[in-house]
Amino acid sequence: MRIPVSWLATRLELPEDTTPQQLADAFLRIGLEVEGVHPLGPVTGPLVVGRVAEIEELTGFKKPIRYCQVEVGGEDPQGVVCGATNFREGDLVVVALPGAVLPGDFTISARKTYGRISNGMICSARELGLGDEHAGIMVLPPGTASPGDDAHELLGLDDTVIELAVTPDRGYCLSVRGLARELACAMDLPYGDPAAIEVPEATGDAHPVRVEDPQGCPRFVMRRVSGIDPTAPTPWWMQRRLLLAGIRSISLPVDVTNYVMLETGQPLHAFDANLVKGELVVRRATAGEKLTTLDGVERELDPDDIIICDDTGPVSLAAVMGGASTEIGSDTTDVLIEAANWDPASVARAVRRHRLPSEAAKRFERAVDPALPPAAAELAAQLLVQYADGRFGRGRTDVGPAPVREPITMPLSLPDQVAGVRYERGATARRLGQIGCRMELVTADDGTAMVTATPPTWRADLTQPADLVEEVLRLEGYDTIPSTLPPAPAGRGLTEGQRRRRAVSRALASAGYVEVLPFPFTGPAVWDAFGLDADDVRRRTVQVLNPLETERAELATTLLPGLLDTLRRNVSRGERDVALFHIGQVVLPRAEQVPMPEVGVADRPSDEELALLDGALPQQPTHVAVVLAGQREQAGWWGKGRAASWSDAVAAAHLVAAGAGVELRVVAADHAPWHPGRCAELRVGDWPVGHAGELHPKVVEALGLPKRTCVMELDLDQLPLTERRPAPKVSPYPPVLLDIALVVDRKVPVAEVAEAVRDGGGELLEDVRLFDVYEGEQIGEGKRSLAFALRFRAADRTLTVEEASVARDTAVAAATERFGATLRA
Amino acid sequence: MSGANDPYDPKEVAALAPEALRTAVEQAQAAFTAAADLDALAVAKPAHLGERSPLLTARREIGALPPAARAEAGKRVNEARTEIQAAFDERRAVLQAERDERVLRDEAVDVTLPWDRLAPGARHPITQLAERIADVFVGMGYEVAEGPELETEWFNFDALNFAKDHPARTMQDTFYVAPENSGLVLRTHTSPVQIRSLLDRELPVYVVCPGRTFRTDELDATHTPVFHQVEGLAVDEGITMAHLKGTLDAFARAMFGEQSRTRLRPSFFPFTEPSAEVDVWFPEKKGGAGWVEWGGCGMVNPNVLRACGVDPDVYSGFAFGMGLERTLQFRNGIPDMRDMVEGDVRFTLPFGTEA
Repeated sequence: MRIPVSWLATRLELPEDTTPQQLADAFLRIGLEVEGVHPLGPVTGPLVVGRVAEIEELTGFKKPIRYCQVEVGGEDPQGVVCGATNFREGDLVVVALPGAVLPGDFTISARKTYGRISNGMICSARELGLGDEHAGIMVLPPGTASPGDDAHELLGLDDTVIELAVTPDRGYCLSVRGLARELACAMDLPYGDPAAIEVPEATGDAHPVRVEDPQGCPRFVMRRVSGIDPTAPTPWWMQRRLLLAGIRSISLPVDVTNYVMLETGQPLHAFDANLVKGELVVRRATAGEKLTTLDGVERELDPDDIIICDDTGPVSLAAVMGGASTEIGSDTTDVLIEAANWDPASVARAVRRHRLPSEAAKRFERAVDPALPPAAAELAAQLLVQYADGRFGRGRTDVGPAPVREPITMPLSLPDQVAGVRYERGATARRLGQIGCRMELVTADDGTAMVTATPPTWRADLTQPADLVEEVLRLEGYDTIPSTLPPAPAGRGLTEGQRRRRAVSRALASAGYVEVLPFPFTGPAVWDAFGLDADDVRRRTVQVLNPLETERAELATTLLPGLLDTLRRNVSRGERDVALFHIGQVVLPRAEQVPMPEVGVADRPSDEELALLDGALPQQPTHVAVVLAGQREQAGWWGKGRAASWSDAVAAAHLVAAGAGVELRVVAADHAPWHPGRCAELRVGDWPVGHAGELHPKVVEALGLPKRTCVMELDLDQLPLTERRPAPKVSPYPPVLLDIALVVDRKVPVAEVAEAVRDGGGELLEDVRLFDVYEGEQIGEGKRSLAFALRFRAADRTLTVEEASVARDTAVAAATERFGATLRA
Repeated sequence: MSGANDPYDPKEVAALAPEALRTAVEQAQAAFTAAADLDALAVAKPAHLGERSPLLTARREIGALPPAARAEAGKRVNEARTEIQAAFDERRAVLQAERDERVLRDEAVDVTLPWDRLAPGARHPITQLAERIADVFVGMGYEVAEGPELETEWFNFDALNFAKDHPARTMQDTFYVAPENSGLVLRTHTSPVQIRSLLDRELPVYVVCPGRTFRTDELDATHTPVFHQVEGLAVDEGITMAHLKGTLDAFARAMFGEQSRTRLRPSFFPFTEPSAEVDVWFPEKKGGAGWVEWGGCGMVNPNVLRACGVDPDVYSGFAFGMGLERTLQFRNGIPDMRDMVEGDVRFTLPFGTEA
């Protein structure tokens, strides 16, 4: 909302030395965010009113150029070249003469251009710093001033525009009426309400109106002005205020409706009375109805739309945009002014449905004072009568009851209790009175002093004691609230799950992985590149209805697409050896779409309702994933480097598991997008929790990834939480170390041979570690030799080699029994 | 030379003469001193301490002496031997010390050689900041609460007192998910975790909720559609706005140093009433110390308490929320938001594992 200080000042008794910055500070203090304080100008030097005496159209240029003789008060007219065409001979314009300096340090001088000498410039509003209007030059209404008059004062260039962001609860602040009142409260100044005018008695209706939907339209007021001069211009003072507020001047009747809206906050609509056929009916549209709106677009109406109809059908999309058939035109002489009140929610839906945001709808969505329509319609009628030579119609239509506000009762000390402050005696009553509440002070049965406040009609946002409390607090100033800490509760610290997540994150970072936080948005192309089957569960995603990128409208069911994107970005920026990790939620839709229950907010939902709400929500487990490419260990003066491999991905999984205090089992798997021969399924017990290994070469190629890119992903939520890890019993006795080499079929997984050895070794076998794998002629075709280092130890005595050897033999025997393993000679 | 059983030979017995022994000692001393290293010493040793050394030869001659002279000669020989052994030991100690020193000297390396065999890792600064904030509040007795990123509208809006069709709802630039009117959204703030906490926990509730949030902003230097917030909520008997101010001040000091403080400006959020914007005094602000917009806060709207079954006549509460990217941006001087989302390892590495 942009508003010039001079306009606000018409409603306030401002001390003479008040600066615009003081007003801005006051706004900020009471909760109106100031987005800018824009002093007009500066303009120095000769800026005068001119009359265009003669226009010569120059030809032969790429665009129309005019050479004008402009009377500027001196003996002779001045020749000025102008590129605009929106003016005629005889029009009053603003001319910057040589020596003038316009905003932006733009110095005007006489110069030769388009083959003529131009002795100045005819100005647009933007060039004068009055607004953004630059479509043409500024034409002043006839009689506003005389040629040669100083234009500084006429334009009011010593003014300042304050730009405010109004929060959606304070619709009343989208007007001079509301903003001036706020300043009056903030600065304790006398205030004059522009809507507090005498609304004269009227006889009969201005026009017959029937409201069929009083919920959608609580109030509908109309006033008629007849016999207006359709050519009457908008007076300069009004044009100027509209301009500074950022609204373009169109025609007097339209300007008047906009002006009254800015002044009071009540949006108005003007009909050409002679184009309205019969009674006006306010109702919801029926399916299939159409309306051509002012912008010339034919719109399909929705049964939720509130419309105004005459005998011909819909003539206005209420609160949003008028219809073309009854539009004010250049020959309109009789005007019907509509000032109505509309249901905010219905307006909001209509705006969204038709994508038609407007100044009027913005106010109606935020609730407009339902007591305003008669005064606003009267103000508009007065302006039309005054400036267009019209006649007041005799009647006034006023459908719908005058609004009644429910009083709010609260302890008088509630603001003190909420703020933690002892305000000055009477502060609450004074502040509530200031914002327009009617009040009654009473004593409750228990002796508590209570206040019953009836909020003013323009404050739809005040509905409960907390709302009144805020008014007192903000006007007394948030800076008076002290700083104290609440009594500390006894917290229980982080949960096991939270601690585990941190442990996993630290473990991966310590192992050389860099954490990244990619977006969860992805698309079907990546599933195709992954080579997922058509019915793969990971393709079943939640779709975003309004994605930023249409090809990434899905919420990822795995962390890999985001990680691989990030890997690619790093590689494209010249990184070769990259190891990344991400811990985050994925979104897994339920097999069956569960309907969302309707749940109220008046009280705590029932347990069943809460269960239904959570049941309608897709599952969102926390996953952890890594990607690796390039060298895992660098080459250097110590020797060769080592390329990242499938085993690093598996190691990362073990790292995660160790951080979580869980042991993982690994079995071979064939699972896209992994390499079918280099994919490990990760299990806790027999429960699969993820996969690790090298990506399928085709996936690497399809996604343009570095060769042999390796990845791991597991579902962190599937790892059981280990609340108290078991403490081992540590034997103080020396170990016996024995090595064995077992020859087995090369297809037998090492992990299973090791498990057999472990099982066979019994209690004395403390540790089994594979230290060599050998394949070769001596071993035989299809076989390999696995060399294990075994460590035996007894809990209660020094183990003898003989005892250890017996245990070793049973360990070997177990491997022999399960896999036909033979001891290598 | 002759052995012990050789016939007595007065000429040979001269070996036991004091002068002869003296000479043997001196020769041995000279030989050992001349040995330049342990190897040379080992070579020199047999000639003076070995089986055929003059001394051992002399000892064998003792038997050839008349018994009366034997004791005297034996003593002389032993003294000489002790002396030679001492000379040897002394020299060996010196040479060993020399050798040990040389070995250490020879084993010296260039300790400035690089040790970057395993590349370092790092945790994202947003994660670190979220943990740090959580720790600050855990220290004040709060607990860390979490919730899903894809939320029901009931949690994200309805229960937070966002009226249906109110402009406050549309102002949130929400990502909606299929099908149309599914009632599901990507949470636009961490505030739904307030609701989950109030529904799930026993009163009083003191929680802090860091998490990822979503709005339909195009990615640029100061906006990102996916960002992080931290939410704080305290609901207890007798909670005041002064408590909110005190908590925010403590939070600001933990984040920005002892000199830091906050300022509240009236504002509007559907889920708080009164509501305020929080500004923080930031001494390192670009262009000079000043107030920086930090987040939003307020007293929990009684409607929110009601929706969670909490009696607003008994309990009151405060809530606040901040953007982590924004906090990090001005706290650590990061000019471009994109650096925080693109995942370039060069950006994240300097933050290490624990900033």
